[in-house]
Amino acid sequence: MSLSVSLRHRLDRFTLEAAFDAPDGVTALFGPSGAGKTTLVQAVAGLLRPEQGRIALGDHLLQDSATGHWLPPHRRRIGYVFQDGRLFPHMSVARNLSYGRRMNRLPRDPEEEARILAMLGIAPLLDRVPATLSGGEKQRVAIGRALFAAPRLLLLDEPLAALDAARKAEILPFLERLRDETGLPILLVSHSLAEVARLATTMVLLRDGKVVRSGPTAELLADPDAVPSLGPREAGALVEARVTAHHPDGLAELATSAGTLLLPGISAMPGTILRIRIPAHEVILALTPPEQISALNILPATIRSLRFGDGPGVMVQLESGTDLLLARITRRSAEGLRLEPGKACHAILKSVAVSRQDIGAG
Amino acid sequence: MILGLSPEAWAAVALSLKVSFWAVLLSLPIGIATAWLLARARFPGRQLLNGLVHLPLILPPVVTGYLLLLAFGRRGPLGALLHDLFGVTLAFNWTGAALAAAIMAFPLMVRAIRLSIEAVDPGLEQAAATLGASRLRVFLTVTLPLTAPGILAGAILAFAKAMGEFGATITFVSNIPGRTQTLPSAVYAFLQVPGAEASALRLVLLSVALAMGALIASELLARRMNRRREGA
Repeated sequence: MSLSVSLRHRLDRFTLEAAFDAPDGVTALFGPSGAGKTTLVQAVAGLLRPEQGRIALGDHLLQDSATGHWLPPHRRRIGYVFQDGRLFPHMSVARNLSYGRRMNRLPRDPEEEARILAMLGIAPLLDRVPATLSGGEKQRVAIGRALFAAPRLLLLDEPLAALDAARKAEILPFLERLRDETGLPILLVSHSLAEVARLATTMVLLRDGKVVRSGPTAELLADPDAVPSLGPREAGALVEARVTAHHPDGLAELATSAGTLLLPGISAMPGTILRIRIPAHEVILALTPPEQISALNILPATIRSLRFGDGPGVMVQLESGTDLLLARITRRSAEGLRLEPGKACHAILKSVAVSRQDIGAG
Repeated sequence: MILGLSPEAWAAVALSLKVSFWAVLLSLPIGIATAWLLARARFPGRQLLNGLVHLPLILPPVVTGYLLLLAFGRRGPLGALLHDLFGVTLAFNWTGAALAAAIMAFPLMVRAIRLSIEAVDPGLEQAAATLGASRLRVFLTVTLPLTAPGILAGAILAFAKAMGEFGATITFVSNIPGRTQTLPSAVYAFLQVPGAEASALRLVLLSVALAMGALIASELLARRMNRRREGA
């Protein structure tokens, strides 16, 4: 079921004028704070009524300003997980969870409920009151509460922003399971590229109320032209890799389409498919295969394009096997090596350059 | 003579309790609805409603009582209607005292409830809406329970105000011992009689005790509600 949004709404600083389609899977609305991401999500949920717009979920029309059609939020069956959880303080966790089912007068589905409780690990919390939960627990209960109402679409509005790094790491795997196990279309609002790279299948880049770019996440992250919108420091392509072995020194061996990677900090079982974001500024290029070098990962690659910016940097897009990589090097190096599209080279990556938060389930 | 008070004085205390009880009970639903309108709804005439609600607070009580007499007296437009339709007479009756007390206490009640509704995070109401609750059910399942301490405070405040109401009551229903003589009217009546100051003082002490008791009770109840919410 695909969500299609097209709307126009005046805000304080600018006019939000955005159109995008969110296919099945996780679609991330990505952009700096104040780009209009939350406004868009609120319009989808019906918490805000845009001046003009058409919003449809599959063949279910939520709003069409041309005909004056507007479905109020309580009849949209769209789950909304807020940044701050918003659990009802006067109800136990169990009552919070069952609220949506009671309001929608849905029959109980104990099997589905047990599955959600297990997926989010919240079964032990049922008798607790929200005030006694940690931030991470609150957020998991909030996700569970939205799922218990059997929504047609799930909106995650910066679900991790209010959490510290440790709590984020605690929740991210739950969100990956949510994506992989429920098959529910999800619209994720985020300003963290690491989060988006791990979770999203489709990306919509927003800036000042306009859609700058949109497309499949892997494609967008490997596109040098998208780098200015993502931020050069943040840029980095996604590579799909399968865990093949764990070595006693703590490194895991992974197979990619171009060769073998050795990375630390991976505990996934052999055979697991992971998606790994390789930061562009951590990739070194060499024309000849380097010898006697400390870096463990050397992948053969072909240059596809170079994008020169205003500064001293160049973003190089590489084809390595069937994967695309990005390398951020200096203009001086690019000219010194006479890099140009079609030229063969080697991409070098230190094992420790990939941080744990850049490794997600595939 | 119990506690040194005459049966007549006790009748006044009992009447005041009865009048205040009914005044609060019957005006509470209207008070909650008015408070919600003022706190959450946006409609033309909102400021006018706000002004009307607060009117009894700023008008001299005797004026309010006189206006009530004009409207609800036997020949007043509303009084005649009530009499013809239901056979109810408010003027010079204890029910009239309840109406006067309710109207005088209304601004205090609405103010307390409105503040507590405004303190409820609208984000929680939005969350309830996305979970399938209509506006009415959002109010009943989220706003109202979270406002309970404020409603309690408003009710206690209104009760205390009703117990003490004098000017509008004596103007509207007079000061008939055993029928419309409330506690403050009785104190006033004792003060008019030479040598009855001691009785007046006893009544005054009793009314202070009643007011303090109500205040402490509400404090304890509110604390219990908060404890439950914090999960202790």
